[in-house]
Amino acid sequence: MDASSGLASHPHAEHDPHHHDAGHDHHELPFWRKYLISTDHKVIGIQYGITGLIFLFFGFSLMMLMRWQLAYPGQPVPVIGNLLGRMFGPGAMDNGKMTAEFYNSLGAMHGTIMIFLGIVPIAFAAFGNFVVPLQIGAPDMTFPKINMASYQAFFFGGLVMLFSFFVPGGAAKGGWTSYTPLAIISDKGPTYDPIFNGQTLWLLGFILLITSSLLGAVNFIATIIQLRAKGMTWMRLPFFVWAQFVTAFLLLLAFPPLESAIVMQLMDRIAGTSFFMPSGLVIAGAPLHNSGGGSPLLWQHLFWFLGHPEVYVLILPGMGIVAEIIANNTRKPLWGYKSLVFAALVLGFLSFIVWAHHMWLTGMGSVVSAFFQTTTMIISIPSVIILSAFFISLWGGSIRFNVPMLFATAFLPMFGIGGLTGIPLAFNSADLYLHDTYYVIAHFHYIVAPGTIFAVFAGIYFWFPKATGRMMNEFWGKVHFWPSLICMNMIFLPMFLQGMLGMHRRWYDGGQGWTLAGEKVWGLSGFQWNTPISIAAWVMGLAQLPFIINFFWSIKHGKKVDDNPWEATTLEWTAPSPPPHGNFATTPTVYRGPYEYSLPGRETDFTMQSEPMRESDRKAYEAAAAVH
Amino acid sequence: MEIPYTVTARPDTGLWNAKVGIWLFLASEVMLFGGLFSAYVFLRLDAPPGAWPHGLLNVPVGTMNTAILIASSVTVVMAWASLKMRKFRAYWWYMLVTILCGLIFLGVKLAYEWPQKFDHFGAFIKTDALEKYEEYLGNHHLAEKGLAPRTEISGHLHNEEALHDENVKEYEIALDPVNADPANPSMDRPHFLPLPHTDKIAKIEKADVEYANMFLPKHSAYFASYFTITGLHGLHVLGGVIVFTYLWLPFGTKLYKRNPEHLANRVEVAGLFWHFVDLVWIFVFPLFYLL
Amino acid sequence: MNESPEPILADATAEEMSHDEHTAHDVSKHIRGYLMVGATLLVFTAITVALSYFNFGTQKANVAVAMLVATFKAGLVAAIFMHLASEKRMIYRILIFTFFFVFGLFWLTYLAWYDPITR
Repeated sequence: MDASSGLASHPHAEHDPHHHDAGHDHHELPFWRKYLISTDHKVIGIQYGITGLIFLFFGFSLMMLMRWQLAYPGQPVPVIGNLLGRMFGPGAMDNGKMTAEFYNSLGAMHGTIMIFLGIVPIAFAAFGNFVVPLQIGAPDMTFPKINMASYQAFFFGGLVMLFSFFVPGGAAKGGWTSYTPLAIISDKGPTYDPIFNGQTLWLLGFILLITSSLLGAVNFIATIIQLRAKGMTWMRLPFFVWAQFVTAFLLLLAFPPLESAIVMQLMDRIAGTSFFMPSGLVIAGAPLHNSGGGSPLLWQHLFWFLGHPEVYVLILPGMGIVAEIIANNTRKPLWGYKSLVFAALVLGFLSFIVWAHHMWLTGMGSVVSAFFQTTTMIISIPSVIILSAFFISLWGGSIRFNVPMLFATAFLPMFGIGGLTGIPLAFNSADLYLHDTYYVIAHFHYIVAPGTIFAVFAGIYFWFPKATGRMMNEFWGKVHFWPSLICMNMIFLPMFLQGMLGMHRRWYDGGQGWTLAGEKVWGLSGFQWNTPISIAAWVMGLAQLPFIINFFWSIKHGKKVDDNPWEATTLEWTAPSPPPHGNFATTPTVYRGPYEYSLPGRETDFTMQSEPMRESDRKAYEAAAAVH
Repeated sequence: MEIPYTVTARPDTGLWNAKVGIWLFLASEVMLFGGLFSAYVFLRLDAPPGAWPHGLLNVPVGTMNTAILIASSVTVVMAWASLKMRKFRAYWWYMLVTILCGLIFLGVKLAYEWPQKFDHFGAFIKTDALEKYEEYLGNHHLAEKGLAPRTEISGHLHNEEALHDENVKEYEIALDPVNADPANPSMDRPHFLPLPHTDKIAKIEKADVEYANMFLPKHSAYFASYFTITGLHGLHVLGGVIVFTYLWLPFGTKLYKRNPEHLANRVEVAGLFWHFVDLVWIFVFPLFYLL
Repeated sequence: MNESPEPILADATAEEMSHDEHTAHDVSKHIRGYLMVGATLLVFTAITVALSYFNFGTQKANVAVAMLVATFKAGLVAAIFMHLASEKRMIYRILIFTFFFVFGLFWLTYLAWYDPITR
């Protein structure tokens, strides 16, 4: 139970007399204590995961709704159009037809929900919480109560965001970036309520989400620094832990500047200040009565100071998951472990000095542009190192194509497409044309949708047996995988074409009224491509049903498996499935690196990190060293 | 189950958990206030010459608050040291003084400094009307000395209805000394002791005013950043006071009997936070009160 | 992978292992120092107020002087009150990262000079 018992400086001093019963306490806890306000990292991880998946699907549903308007502009939304009209009023759905305001709300909230309520909670918080303490051999997080508070702040932040759909005027409409001054003046009609309006609630919800991320990040870093098991040196950490470590640092240091910006925007909306409002602003023909003296560009700087590290927050945990699964299913050590670790660190560092490449169109001076263009080019190097190491890891392996591996291998080309198509955007001359077109949408969705989300699915299929003691169904997993892969590409590949035609990402009519969207590519004009894209999006929604059913069905009826069904090497697989409160029956001690697959002289093709050294291992290492 | 290293240090890092935690948290706080300060500098550099106000805050009171905060930093470190030497009585007194210092700081801010500002009025004059109000602005004198021009006329607003009523066409202001006697060289730089407004009444036509308001956050970029930063700083002071009160009340100190070292660690962590709050104020004070 | 087979603890140095926790004796030696630092901070508060009524020629110079004094005071608080003068290596590492990023953040102010919209 006590991970420190093997160490000399065991904290005897504060030994609680009730300590010996502590291990049995959890059997008697009522349901709500055990699952709703638990301080156990595994329960919190699962809470994060399930809430995050619900938000992920909800955010995707918003997009499925928008795709109707893009494919069939001005036509009533079938089936649910009238129902939505009754829920949100004619300002949102006019006789079942989507209004421009509602379309904008859906767009802004799709971005916000997918990133901050979907991917970050799942990829970082859920997997991080569940897997990291197990992988480093810790009994829990360093601060279990703060961990619980982190989830609760996230949950209430999510509720505030959802609630904002129901206030007069609807949810935030200023895009997920909330650019000023547009965001500050939005909803400020005669019925303006300073608190209960979409944009203000967006800001308040965001403060809760940032609080949650900060508490989580502090906990993750402290856990990784302080609670590594005996023998778990930095260079023996699984790559997933490294990825989470860097991610936590990005969240810790990049989110607070955005929080300060959000406080300032909140002041602009509630107290009438002008942090982001320039002097002499004229709105709808009337000069705005405020002091001015602010700068819209300041918001963009502070927003993207978070915004760019956030991109790596989205992708790094995904890379970590993929690394674990690739090593496990190729049955050989991950290629270039050290280069991977250093690449992740460099990625984290550089991600803080590239932010202004989101702002080429603001007309920054050419010196600033040149600087950010250069750093942006440089940051592609560590990304390419990571991707190359994964590809080389596949070489010569006897790959097991189980469901997690299918998703993990699909991640590689998808992330590759996303990354390579980003290069034209990094050059400011090319970006002047491509900025704010569907090309940009396609580029970053390739990274986060078939990239990170596929990694997330891979992770769910991979660690599901650890969380429940049961496997998810293999066949239905494949039924989930193949349609998802095909639909993802059918959605996003044509968007590159649309973007290169110059179609703007925020057009409410899908481009019908614009000449340049009428140009034909492969037999369809720019806006006609919307229809196949939309159909692919809806099919993709359907393709998630096998996953949802499989997930819940397998919790109760999946095939029962032992503690290490994938024959993996890292510490989490030495714990019982599901691991009890406190995780390990005996405190693990670590003797070796994380990916000791196919070690010569061993009976099995996997050697766990907690396996003591033998003479044959020493010889194998020496032989390997001689070859290099 | 028990989390290791809550009280004693992990041998290889030499640290106990909460120490790592608080430093990580402070790192994020550095970034939070860093964001606000960089916004302040950004806006200030952007402001046209003369538009950034000077000497509108009460320097003696600000200095006193600075001293109070520094004193509380000393007492909190003494409280921690007393616990380390297992002198509980001394700890209790030092902690009490710290809490009182925090409360006085907040009291001065909320009950005196801020309301004083809310009662003060300023009107920015349109560029083409500056000449008309030369007798209150003294820009000829300033130009001669190579100083930045004045664009604001401030003082006590006599007809407060002018703020809301569109039919009132002018503001009646009991002028601040700087506007009452603008060409006097002693008014070129702010005074240490704030001077009360004079009896001299100026009437300023609304048509000549670019923007006018009480000294509220919306008055200018200067007051916006002043109230936002000091407000957020005040919230931090309040948070510190709440944590200290918990560690001072019997509820928190009962830990002393069981494990004095654990309480000392908690006080150290809370103290680190408090010193950080002090450190932020060390920058707030010159940036807003003096420069 | 071919690391030393003995389980070792990361980052451990002999110096840090011996330099464990402040003992009561250690702390009592520092008390005079804490009081001295407190007094120095108060004196420098007075100095910074006094200096602000003295013109160093340009506004830039005035700002530089005030910030220099503030940085010195902040440095004292951090080094002595917050024990940063003798902290563990891990804390320094965390703070070096932070310092780098805060530096990046303040670079915003430099960018302000390149802002063609409001300038």
